[in-house]
Amino acid sequence: MNHAAILDEQRSDSVNPLALYVHWPFCVSKCPYCDFNSHVRDAVDIDAWRDAIIADLVHEAALTPGRPLSSIFFGGGTPSLMPPALVADILAAADRHWGFAAGIEITLEANPSSVEAARFGDLAAAGINRVSLGLQALDDGALAFLGRAHDVGEGLAALDVAQDAFDRVSFDLIYARPDQKLADWETELARALAFGTGHLSLYQLTIEPGTRFSTLAAKGELTIPGGDEAADLFETTRAMTTAAGLPAYEISNHARIGEESRHNLTYWRYGDYVGIGPGAHGRRGKAASERHKKPENYLAAVARNAHGIKAEADLDPATRATEALLMGLRLAEGVDLAAIAADSGIAQGNLIDARAADQLAALGLLTRDGTRVTVTEAGMILLDAILPRLVAI
Amino acid sequence: MTDLSHIRNFSIIAHIDHGKSTLADRLIQQTGGLTEREMTSQVLDNMEIEQERGITIKAQTVRLNYVANNGETYELNLMDTPGHVDFAYEVSRSLAACEGALLVVDAAQGVEAQTLANVYQSIEHDHEIVPVINKIDLPAADPERVRTEIEDIIGIDASEAVLTSAKSGIGIAETLEAIVAKIPPPKGDRDAPLKAMLVDSWYDPYLGVVILVRVIDGVLKKGLRVKFMQAGTEHLIDRVGCFRPKIEQLPELGPGEIGFITAQIKEVAQTAVGDTITTVVRPAAKALPGFKQVQPVVFCGMFPVDAADFEKLRESISRLRLNDASFSFEMETSAALGFGFRCGFLGLLHLEIIQERLTREYDLDLITTAPSVVYRIQLNKSRTDDAREIMLHNPADYPDPSRIASIEEPWIKAVIYTPDEYLGSILKLCQDRRGVQKDLTYVGGRAQVTYELPLNEVVFDFYDRLKSISRGYASFDYEQIGLREGDLVKMNILVNAEPVDALSMIVHRGVAEARGRHMCERLKDLIPRHLFKVPIQAAIGGKVIARETIAAMRKDVTAKCYGGDISRKKKLLDKQKKGKARMREYGSVSIPQEAFIAALRMGEE
Ligand SMILES: Nc1nc2c(ncn2[C@@H]2O[C@H](COP(=O)(O)OP(=O)(O)OP(=O)(O)O)[C@@H](O)[C@H]2O)c(=O)[nH]1
Ligand code: SF4
Ligand SMILES: [Mg+2]
Repeated sequence: MNHAAILDEQRSDSVNPLALYVHWPFCVSKCPYCDFNSHVRDAVDIDAWRDAIIADLVHEAALTPGRPLSSIFFGGGTPSLMPPALVADILAAADRHWGFAAGIEITLEANPSSVEAARFGDLAAAGINRVSLGLQALDDGALAFLGRAHDVGEGLAALDVAQDAFDRVSFDLIYARPDQKLADWETELARALAFGTGHLSLYQLTIEPGTRFSTLAAKGELTIPGGDEAADLFETTRAMTTAAGLPAYEISNHARIGEESRHNLTYWRYGDYVGIGPGAHGRRGKAASERHKKPENYLAAVARNAHGIKAEADLDPATRATEALLMGLRLAEGVDLAAIAADSGIAQGNLIDARAADQLAALGLLTRDGTRVTVTEAGMILLDAILPRLVAI
Repeated sequence: MTDLSHIRNFSIIAHIDHGKSTLADRLIQQTGGLTEREMTSQVLDNMEIEQERGITIKAQTVRLNYVANNGETYELNLMDTPGHVDFAYEVSRSLAACEGALLVVDAAQGVEAQTLANVYQSIEHDHEIVPVINKIDLPAADPERVRTEIEDIIGIDASEAVLTSAKSGIGIAETLEAIVAKIPPPKGDRDAPLKAMLVDSWYDPYLGVVILVRVIDGVLKKGLRVKFMQAGTEHLIDRVGCFRPKIEQLPELGPGEIGFITAQIKEVAQTAVGDTITTVVRPAAKALPGFKQVQPVVFCGMFPVDAADFEKLRESISRLRLNDASFSFEMETSAALGFGFRCGFLGLLHLEIIQERLTREYDLDLITTAPSVVYRIQLNKSRTDDAREIMLHNPADYPDPSRIASIEEPWIKAVIYTPDEYLGSILKLCQDRRGVQKDLTYVGGRAQVTYELPLNEVVFDFYDRLKSISRGYASFDYEQIGLREGDLVKMNILVNAEPVDALSMIVHRGVAEARGRHMCERLKDLIPRHLFKVPIQAAIGGKVIARETIAAMRKDVTAKCYGGDISRKKKLLDKQKKGKARMREYGSVSIPQEAFIAALRMGEE
């Protein structure tokens, strides 16, 4: 059975799933490549944060009544720094206000340090059933370069603990690092696949504006593999993960069939998700919301308004349809034009450029099957060039 | 009105960048024309594009009141002129309105091609020439060498040349005294019938068309009914004044004076420069000789990126033309580029300036085709058509080759003036461009070489090449010398097997292959990779003479995209789509506008 079929089956399980994202904005130090909403603070007032996040949660729950949660994701920042009791409190509040759908997936992003690994048991007890470990590399030099506090030994020990503590474990690796040769990556990836997790997130290093790496790159002190090298790395990654039984179901995400991140699938399938905590985004029906990013502003906003929303606006049909396409086409399963047309009210024929679609199909980059449009294996690596041609809205 | 003996009319002439406008600044400042606060650098270069490029495009006139060392007050009419050869006609007009010229020469660079060209014009007008050696503050300044150069090359006495640094305000008082002492006052008769020269005109949004005049005889006043002798039109003068440089209305302009008038005229085209203005009652017996008509020599097509902007382009071009009668335009259609205009210019800089003004002042996105010249083609008789002659402005109109009896192309005589060490490469450049050497002389470490060259080789990046191989030291001046027959063919550029009409050009058969290869190589770098392989070919008729292939794109994908990144991703997509709108499609290949422009300037690799 392929991904698409499995995922279709899952989809029919819950008609109108709702996902909850909780952002924990604090980190021990700032990694040089990171453009997430993460902040380093000497002290964090846990009680104040508990109150704020739960107030924010209550606000959202009131707007989405009667929709049990299909997934929860604690992201950051470094949510593994949250006291397990706080995680438990938030989960309890979520359960109280929404309720959990059967088989709910509850993921937490964790740093693979020994300190954090020591809490994995408590986190599991609090209700976490899936972790995503920020392993990032299996090479000490690379970890130092990436500004990570752990070394390979510590990271793998944490992975061991995690695999014991949680039902499902995924970990992240960053590749296409400066000077990383294809052969080195093959070795590293082969080793990673051998740990037997059901899910892997494999990201090519990108230089994001506003990070330390971007300053270095601007000064010419940092160059990452580009062009053919990056393409070779990408293709090799897909070939190896497929061979190992964890094919890509999204550009950078690989899973054994059925082990996909259901939470992240909600984003890509353009389902509804509630986002709480600093800087979290949400899509609730037609409304897009965004919360205050800076932790202090967020706390102040919640104190003032009983929610952390900075901006909220209804998205017009064209925007919704575009977003649905550009998220959905990242998936191996592709998109169902009929569904997007039904949601947005935009006719199927006006969603994509038929002539471009034919050309792309002729080039082997796209397939169409009824109302389903899928970017092929060969096309995925070119997705950003395909989208502006294909998307007609 | 000022007594004739107390008027001095002079132009400031020089090679480009030798400091004319900066010197004008200092003269304005010293005589109190503007307060400190109002003063900017090159205050007379008031067009945005002039300020930005630091060059003068349009000549400007200012009236200064100067109290000389002898205690008398003089009226100085200063005309700042452009140094670039494309705008030489601006200089010639100004010179016609003056009795003398300040010849500014850069103390480090010395005499250059436009120094010579302008000074010769000035001598033709019987002007008194006051040499000014400027930029003496520069470490490389060598005023004595330059003084000798002026005497040796130009042959005028430079022993009393004023030494200035317009930048640091040295020698300004001396310059003013020299103007009063050396430049002769104008002659004229207040009681004779009115005779005034129409020196220049431009459109002002508040005043309508403003006319710069030099009164020869008689008096110009508000309320006077005047006649433009050449145009044969009559107008009622409603304003008379001068610029200081701020506009100032005056009761009248008397003989010898330079100033402006307005007469509720709507279009600059109604005011031919060089025309003679006289009164309807008691007109002058004879008109002034007038100016030589300027002819556009370089042509290109201009098309709106967005076809919907065509009307806006038409309007904007017409508006620009109100102010600059020296360029021409007519409608053109291109298979790929849609509706646009074929425009004629005085030179490549002129082309670039107009293009930039359209983009900037009128907010238009334009595609500009390869510059070309006008060819004269003799056609054989065909079954349906007689033998006849056509003038070809546009490579797209190139006739069926089997009908062509002969093609003639315009040639120029170019005078290049360069330090010795670059001579070798310059001769090679001229030779490569089918040049015929006519003369080569040396004057004190510098060479002056005269070449006859086909103009189509010159519009094609010659000037850029010359500048780069001489590190900017060589200067270049040219005049047209008529048409000559040549073995000329049309070269097409095909992208993904489809001809790109905007890139087709007429070339000499002997250089076609090299040119074609170069163009293909260039396009290979300029056209972004596509999802498929893109062949690029240069062809004459059906014969491919050069070919390159752009490899297919291998990777373009965003690694990460989760819930919070959607809006960012959407913005990126919108931007990409906007970018796509700025491209043209040929055989499913999108060519960005920048690629067109860059491909057409092939010199700068
Ligand atoms: N060092 C120095 N630089 C000067 C002096 N006079 C002018 N410049 C500089 O030379 C450059 C050209 O000056 P402009 O006054 O614009 O020259 P121009 O002759 O009017 O140039 P065009 O009108 O374009 O022909 C500017 O950067 C001036 O600042 C001077 O006396 N000394
Ligand atoms: S730990 Fe994660 S969120 Fe924190 S700075 Fe590093 S990469 Fe960013
Ligand atoms: Mg100037």
